[in-house]
Formats: sequence, structure tokens, C-alpha cells
Amino acid sequence: MSAPESSAIARALETVMRNDRGRLLAALIARLRDFQLAEEALQEAAISALSHWERAGLPTSPQGWLLKVALRKAIDRLRGGTREGRKAAELALLSRDEAEDTEPEMIADDRLRLIFTCCHPALDAKSRVALTLRTLGGLTTPEIARAFLDAEPTMGQRLSRAKAKIAAAGIPFRVPGPEDWAGRLNSVLTVVYLIFNAGYSNGPSPGRDLCDEAIYLARMLADLRPAEPEVEGALALLLLTHARRAARIGADGVSVALADQDRALWDAPMRAEGLALLDLALGRSAPGPFQIKAAIAACQSQSPPDWPQIAALYAGLHAHEPTPVIRLNHAVAIAEAGDMAAALALLALLAEPLADYQPYHAACAELLSRDHRTIEALQAYTHAIDLAPSPADAAFLSLRRNRLLS
Amino acid sequence: MQYMLLIYGAPEVEPQYGTPAFGEMMAGYATFSKRLVDDGAMRGGEALKGIETATSLRVRGGKVETMDGPFATTKEHLGGYYVIDVPDLDAALKYAAMIPSATYGTVEVRPVMVYS
Repeated sequence: MSAPESSAIARALETVMRNDRGRLLAALIARLRDFQLAEEALQEAAISALSHWERAGLPTSPQGWLLKVALRKAIDRLRGGTREGRKAAELALLSRDEAEDTEPEMIADDRLRLIFTCCHPALDAKSRVALTLRTLGGLTTPEIARAFLDAEPTMGQRLSRAKAKIAAAGIPFRVPGPEDWAGRLNSVLTVVYLIFNAGYSNGPSPGRDLCDEAIYLARMLADLRPAEPEVEGALALLLLTHARRAARIGADGVSVALADQDRALWDAPMRAEGLALLDLALGRSAPGPFQIKAAIAACQSQSPPDWPQIAALYAGLHAHEPTPVIRLNHAVAIAEAGDMAAALALLALLAEPLADYQPYHAACAELLSRDHRTIEALQAYTHAIDLAPSPADAAFLSLRRNRLLS
Repeated sequence: MQYMLLIYGAPEVEPQYGTPAFGEMMAGYATFSKRLVDDGAMRGGEALKGIETATSLRVRGGKVETMDGPFATTKEHLGGYYVIDVPDLDAALKYAAMIPSATYGTVEVRPVMVYS
């Protein structure tokens, strides 16, 4: 065995684990009904694979090999455990035969069931996001902790608590039925969107990019459940937003407003794919909040944006999601469409519910300064800069404020 | 799996005895209980008298301390419970949503501990 060969094996294993970790984990959880055991067994199988594949060469189906060995490892562990453990091992053994003669393309895709389990409303919102990234995205606990500004042990505890609740509370490993479908799908898509937004507001980061991760998850859902308009709408929304990423922050590190972005920097194929998906979704005549959000993103990236249409879309979105943040966006669209008085009246109503929400103060600052209410605008800029989530945003707002002073 | 559905509500927002709304609520409970029995999910359930009838007790240093009132003074009180046997949490949540008090109070769903 020569060194280059062994590193080729290591690279092959790394590729399989990166591309198929979610699929393998889902298959294992489906059989073992235990998140923790499935994760540990897969980890052990990967370690075995390294030495075994170096001796015997790469198996025909590395995924099938990993699944088989991971199941065996899990069963060995269970056998060594309690009486309850042995009982579970027998159950696992029953389904083991199923895996033995199953090639990877024949393995039932359990990822859809897994994502619905991870995004179950009986788990708290942050745990849904973390668990989805851990099991389907394949991020490590430290990576997730970093992305959500949590200490690593805190995130580790959050993940174990969520896995323990799934087992103890009897959260089923199942795709919900038609009567629960819309609500539960919205819960899944919201998690994907939260992941995207975390990547968006963190800005470009080393390691795994959360925006890419969210797009990967949305594509996975679109593959597993084709012709689902809300899934298409969510994927369109992510693509339309992500297509503008290169133009979002200028060379000086300052955020660039949509209207001032250099459109040549937009990712045209990605934008085209987003628009095509949105058309497809809207053609199915089953509107929902993610399709409306995607339609808004599409209108915003027109030149010039169709503000009256955007304002109408926000009014429609508010019917689905009656939140003050949607009203804020509605107000901004009304202002852009030309009715500054109506927009400022709406903003005044939101002062209390959105007192700690940075974009509220940024929007007030912008609209008040356009309305030549300079003193109030300066106050709003100070609030917005104090609450700014990133240095790029703070720099952008400081420039705008200074323009008022000069 | 067995689950206990613990029904919490604030007495002042519940339908008052003697009103038509109260009659509707009671009819709702009767329908719900019958549904549980028909589905083979019913393992028990009772309504409790108000917290003004509650007595709390603890034993400290071998001495019994008895107090008037419920364990915790909160706006919403435990007013009753069901124990149901269903396949998983989704099924339990579906039944919990059918409890009349869920529309103005809160139903807590807790798996029952199994010793085996």
C-alpha cells in the first residue's frame, strides 16, 4: 500500500461522507429510531472504512458498505446494553436483512421523513434549525455553535436535549398526512429559510456557508417532493436572494442598497432559475407565503422595481403571517410606491412592537430623512447603527447619516 | 404510547355555569370522551374541582406540613386530565386539539413513564 493510494481512499471516504451523510444517517435513524446511536454508529463505520478500504480497495457501493457496517456496529452496542437495548437490537436485526441486499439506489429515501422529524413543532425553533443542520446538512456541532453565536457546550446540550425529546415524547419518524401537510411543510421551509437568513446576515464565512446549505436542503426537498408549489417558491426565494450576493457588499466592505447594486455582479443563471421556478409554482394556483416572498424578491430585482405590486404582495403576505415585521416591509413598499404619508403613519404604529428590531430603525431613518424630518431621522440612524448586526451594515448606515449632516 | 393530557385554564375566561356556552363546553367534553372510547384510546380522565378546594402537603423532617391552596399560584390552573393510549405524539396532539378547553386554555401533553 502506497501513500498516494491511501490518501485517495481517504478522499473518497470524505466525499461519500460529505455527499451522503444525510442520506445514510436518515436510513440509520429509520431503522434504529435513535439519533445518537445512528450518529455514533456512522462515525465508527467511517473509521472502519478507512482501514478496511485501504486493505481491500474501494467497495462497489461505498454507501451500502457504510450503512451495513454502521448497522452492525449499532447492533453490537445495543447487545452490550440493557435488557431494553437487546430488545431494540432484535428489532434492528429484523430490518438488517433489508439493508444487506440493498444497493444505495434501492435504499428508500428516508431524508424526507427525517427533515419533518427534525422540524417538528414540538421542538423549539432554534433546536429545529440546529438538528436539521446537524443531521441533514452534516455540519459539526462547533460549526453550528459558531453560526448561531452559541457556546459549543450549549449547542451540544441543545442537540442532545432535542434528540432525547424525539425519543421520549414519541415524535414520529414520518411524513405528515394531508390534513397536517401544509402547516408542517411550512415549519420545515421556515427552518430552511432561517438557516439561509443566518448565512445572509453573518455574511461570507469560512467553512460551510449556511446560504449554500439552505439551498442544498431546499433542492433536496424539491427532489423528494416534486411539484409542491411552496417548496418551489422557497427554493426560488433563496436563489433570487442568493443571486445578488456578489453585489451586496462593496469593495469597501459596506453594504450596498438594492437600487444601487451593480447588476452585472448578479448571478444571472441563478436568478433565471429562481424566476423559472417561481413561474412554475405560481402556475399551480396554490399560493402560499413562500411563493409570495419569492414574488416580492423577483419584483425587487426588476429595474425599476414594481413598488405598487410589491406593496400589494406584502398585504397578501400579511394575511398569511400577521407579524409586525411584514407590516414594516409593507410600509416601506408603500413609501417606495409614492405614498410617504401612509407609510410613516404605518411606521408610527409599529414603534412599540419593533422597538428592538434593527431594520425598523433603519427603515424609519431612511423614510424620515426622505421626508426632510432631519432631527428624527438622525435619532433613528443612531438607534439603527447601535443595533446593526454586522460592521458592513453599520458602515452603510453611518454613511447615510453623515450625508444628512453635510 | 400513553400520554397524559393536562388541561389548564383560567376560571374567569372559561364559560360560566348556567350559560349556553357552558352547556356547549360540556357537550364538547362528552363528544370528545366518547370519541376516545370509540377509538380505543381512552385510558381514563377526570375533571377536578376548583383550586379553592385544594390542599397541599409536604413532609419535612418527619413532620407533615399542610397548606391551604394549590401547589403553585398561577393564573391558569390544572382543571382536569385524560390519559390516552395512541401510537405517537402526533396522534396525541391531534386529540389534545379536540379538547374544548384548548380553545381558551392550554393543554400540556406529557408521555407517561414506562417501567419495564
